[in-house]
Amino acid sequence: MMKFTVENKAIVVPGEVLAEGSGSIAGDVYKDGDFLRAARLGLLNTDNKALIALSGRYNPQKGDTIIGKVVDVNLYGWRLEINCAYTAMLSMKEATSEFIAKGADLTQYFDLGDYIVVKIYNVTTQKLVDVTSKGPGLKKIKGGRIIEVNTHKVPRIIGKQGSMVGMIKFATNCKISVGQNGLVWISGEPEKELIAVETIRRIERESHLSGLTDTIKQFLEEKTGVKIEERAEEKAEEFKEFRAN
Amino acid sequence: MTYEQRKNNRGFDETRPIEAKVGVIKRADGSAYFRIGNTAAYAAVYGPRNLHPKFLQDPARGILRCNYNMMPFSDSGERVRPGGNRRSKEISLVTEKSLLPVLELGEYPNSVVDVFIELPQTEAGSRCAGICAASMALADAGLIMKDLVTAVSVGKVGDKIVVDLDGEEEHFEEGSTDIPIAYLPNLDKITLLQMDGQITKDELLKAIEMGKAACKKIYEIQKAALKEKYVIEDA
Repeated sequence: MMKFTVENKAIVVPGEVLAEGSGSIAGDVYKDGDFLRAARLGLLNTDNKALIALSGRYNPQKGDTIIGKVVDVNLYGWRLEINCAYTAMLSMKEATSEFIAKGADLTQYFDLGDYIVVKIYNVTTQKLVDVTSKGPGLKKIKGGRIIEVNTHKVPRIIGKQGSMVGMIKFATNCKISVGQNGLVWISGEPEKELIAVETIRRIERESHLSGLTDTIKQFLEEKTGVKIEERAEEKAEEFKEFRAN
Repeated sequence: MTYEQRKNNRGFDETRPIEAKVGVIKRADGSAYFRIGNTAAYAAVYGPRNLHPKFLQDPARGILRCNYNMMPFSDSGERVRPGGNRRSKEISLVTEKSLLPVLELGEYPNSVVDVFIELPQTEAGSRCAGICAASMALADAGLIMKDLVTAVSVGKVGDKIVVDLDGEEEHFEEGSTDIPIAYLPNLDKITLLQMDGQITKDELLKAIEMGKAACKKIYEIQKAALKEKYVIEDA
């Protein structure tokens, strides 16, 4: 049996003993004799037996939707900077379903400095990252602003089934794309964009507090004067109608 | 040849007052401040990030690059000539060697983790302060590591074995020996052991044991500083 030696939701440092006995903990944990020790700084959740990372650069994972910046164009596609130690490759085939003639000028699709929402479909052991821009929600970004957030806070910014980001979108009437790599694109009226940025910064800062959704809802209502409750009802009604038809 | 009393009534196995803070440099991926007596060190960690020139890249693992630097007016004597010297190069190297055993850089091939250690004020034990700060900064940067690294200098002043020599003790007239130790408190391993001076085998073993005990105390301070940054104030 595994016995935890630290309490639930404790911050642990590298080398600290998390548990004794046989068993396993998800995340960066290593075994040292009879002990399980933390291999990075994080938060231990004893309920679902996981060590949650709190800091660090983005590590590309297959299936992540990220935002990348075109830094080079070569014969076969585009090279993107993705806010980590490695760059990603967007090949011609994965960029568009249009026909691209041999030797065509690729900058007419994506030029240097363009930001694109892409999805990672392969990462090799040597960290060669392949991305695609074909799929729902994957597109070139036009206008707006890009902000950088802690990549480990992204799940909280998105919320359950996108509830948190949905709320911000509704209240500020901005288009928002959150990349797993910590880049967030916001586009709308300038003042509203600023409110969205402020809200995201607040989520980032208070991500560990309970009742975050309510705090943010109140914050948004105060800032924008838009009632968010109605939205939920609206959505529910829409859904009912959709089901009825 | 006797050394009776340390400054400020400090015990022979006692370190100077220690202060540690994490997250002091906003733009860095991880950072820390460590002060022991009149020696202060800032460490900033950047990475893992893209490594250039390309020939330095290692396809099997990421590399660690440390840079130790004493600021121009940090020492008690003359102005330190800026821009690095033979000494700082050596200390950068031993710092790197003392930190590398805990780091798991296999996850980051072809990349680099940069550690910059700046010392605004020094009075003995600067490499140890640098290592302590760097290890906290690495943990703050979310790197995968087996343990924190703690470091302290021990030595022999006159006829006494002491922990954490200060500037005067290092230059004790009747001879002093300075032994910086870096130690992994959880894994009970030594990653740095240097010596300047003379000492007998038994004295050395005793000094190392005292160093380990002091390192364990320093570890608690490092741990508290790291936890303080991420502490959850429950609503």
